[in-house]
Amino acid sequence: MSDDAVRKAAKKPAMSIEKAQKARRKFLQSVGLTAGVVGISLLGYIPVKANAQAPILRPPGSLDEDDFLASCIKCGQCVQVCPVEAIKLGDITDGFGLGVPYIKARDQACDFSCDAVQCILACPTGALTYDKPDFMEPRSGMPLAHAPILKAKENDPEPSLNLKERFGVARLDKPDACLAVQGKGFKGVARGAAFTGTMRYIDVDRWNPIPVREHPYEREVCDLCVTECPIKDAIALRPFGPGRFIPVVQEQCVGCGVCEMICPVEPTAIVVDAQATWKGEA
Amino acid sequence: MGRRWNLIKGMLGAAPQKPEQVSERVQKIMFLKYEDKDRYVKEKLHARAHHEVSHKWRNRRWAVLIAVNLLFVFSFWLDIQILEGALTASRFVGFHLIDLNSALQVMLAHKHIIVNLFIGTFTVFLLWVALGGRSFCSWVCPYHLVAEWAEKLHLYLVGKKIVTEHEFHRGTRTVFWLLFALMAFVSGYTIFETLSPTGILSRALIYGPGLALGWVFLLLLFEVFWSRRAWCRYVCPIGLTYGAVGVISPLRISYHVEHCFHEGDCRKVCLVPHVLDVTIKGRADEEVMSLGPDCTRCGLCVDVCPTGALRYEVKGLSKLL
Repeated sequence: MSDDAVRKAAKKPAMSIEKAQKARRKFLQSVGLTAGVVGISLLGYIPVKANAQAPILRPPGSLDEDDFLASCIKCGQCVQVCPVEAIKLGDITDGFGLGVPYIKARDQACDFSCDAVQCILACPTGALTYDKPDFMEPRSGMPLAHAPILKAKENDPEPSLNLKERFGVARLDKPDACLAVQGKGFKGVARGAAFTGTMRYIDVDRWNPIPVREHPYEREVCDLCVTECPIKDAIALRPFGPGRFIPVVQEQCVGCGVCEMICPVEPTAIVVDAQATWKGEA
Repeated sequence: MGRRWNLIKGMLGAAPQKPEQVSERVQKIMFLKYEDKDRYVKEKLHARAHHEVSHKWRNRRWAVLIAVNLLFVFSFWLDIQILEGALTASRFVGFHLIDLNSALQVMLAHKHIIVNLFIGTFTVFLLWVALGGRSFCSWVCPYHLVAEWAEKLHLYLVGKKIVTEHEFHRGTRTVFWLLFALMAFVSGYTIFETLSPTGILSRALIYGPGLALGWVFLLLLFEVFWSRRAWCRYVCPIGLTYGAVGVISPLRISYHVEHCFHEGDCRKVCLVPHVLDVTIKGRADEEVMSLGPDCTRCGLCVDVCPTGALRYEVKGLSKLL
């Protein structure tokens, strides 16, 4: 053994080769575990990135998507207060959106039958909020010109909803499929007998939503998206040639998605664009 | 103070230290204990023979854990509205409760704290200061319960030599805590919540199952076939966050060296056996010592100890009574 090696060996604390190897293996395995778990956790970014192209409809009062994902504590208290069970929580396929609330309007839209945007009230972190903090500038096209008036509360002393920004905008996606555009009426159950969605009908029960399938319609010209819209001045039917009409989305549209839910055409002619800004009448 | 700091270092991953100095009282106890070897062995066997195997604390703990989680479930399902939300954040009869680690993740990611978030976090902080910090893990966390069952299976398979145990460095959890905090701050996403089996299981119970349960299942498989209680021991930052709270909690397990035969049954059942290092012969320097903040106050050691050397204790309370 050279002098150098002897000196080196003397410096090291007494530890058997086996023990040293074991410690080394443990260290490397721990590094592996760390890298593995962190790597898996970062996979959660992929669905978030994908969703940037096709935004998800969030509950009313939600912050902009990135702020929303950051501030949501994934507790589901918003889910618990919703009378129509419109709010669902994201799964692991949503990556960082796991446990984050969303609304699938075609299945069950928010019809504001809670009257007061209860989900916002329930949120403990301000991910859903009546008042954004000052430093969070609203995106242009998001603020509503004035507080939306809830048709159901129109005769109440306080008819408006405490909602300053929209969370989406409706859009007539397939004008050719729209019954009104074709000049057709509609008779029957809007979404078929198997549809499980519910809605509050003010003339049936002011406080309790009922299944849509229990409320048949009969219209000479289909105008369900207009009459069932819970917000005043959000959508109107305009004449469009002889005997034909077209639904026109207006500036007071908040993006609740009731029109998308109620549209009797399959697939729906009108959709709500989640997180979209108001760009003027189409 | 030196001992407390050593216990904190132990929680962060450092190997337990041997005491530099053993008090005279303990020296005397140890001398008397081993003075007569035959008597010592006889006493030990006697204690063993009379030890009624008890699952008292385990059963109580499981009952509490299940009850708390069912209270969440029924508050929603039956609309009794007592404990609304999930383990990450909830309201108890209207009062905000917010999980400390989830709150930390949100605060770091969002960088904006509203009043309700602060109130809920502070309330929960006080709650777990009173109740023992990591007692959250063993008395509330639903993953702890399923992991306990998986651990049983793991130990059985290890006993049959079908699987081998793999240990990681305990400091890994500290690294994870720092990494998850850093990632939340830098990325602006609460990345840990995507993986947290605590949140996933809590939400699955309350709002219905989802694919995320597959991840929890994978974790359990890893624990059954590779490494005992790996998530709780080496990864979960929730445990470390509540462990930090446990540093100032008066509720802990105390160790009475006088009654101990140093057989180590307690260390075999423990999730965090390093906190029971004092039970090794020659490691205790005081007559009564409380276990470190990493202890989950689960009581398995209390149940398994044949001589009552390990007990629940509320510091200061015994003096008052």
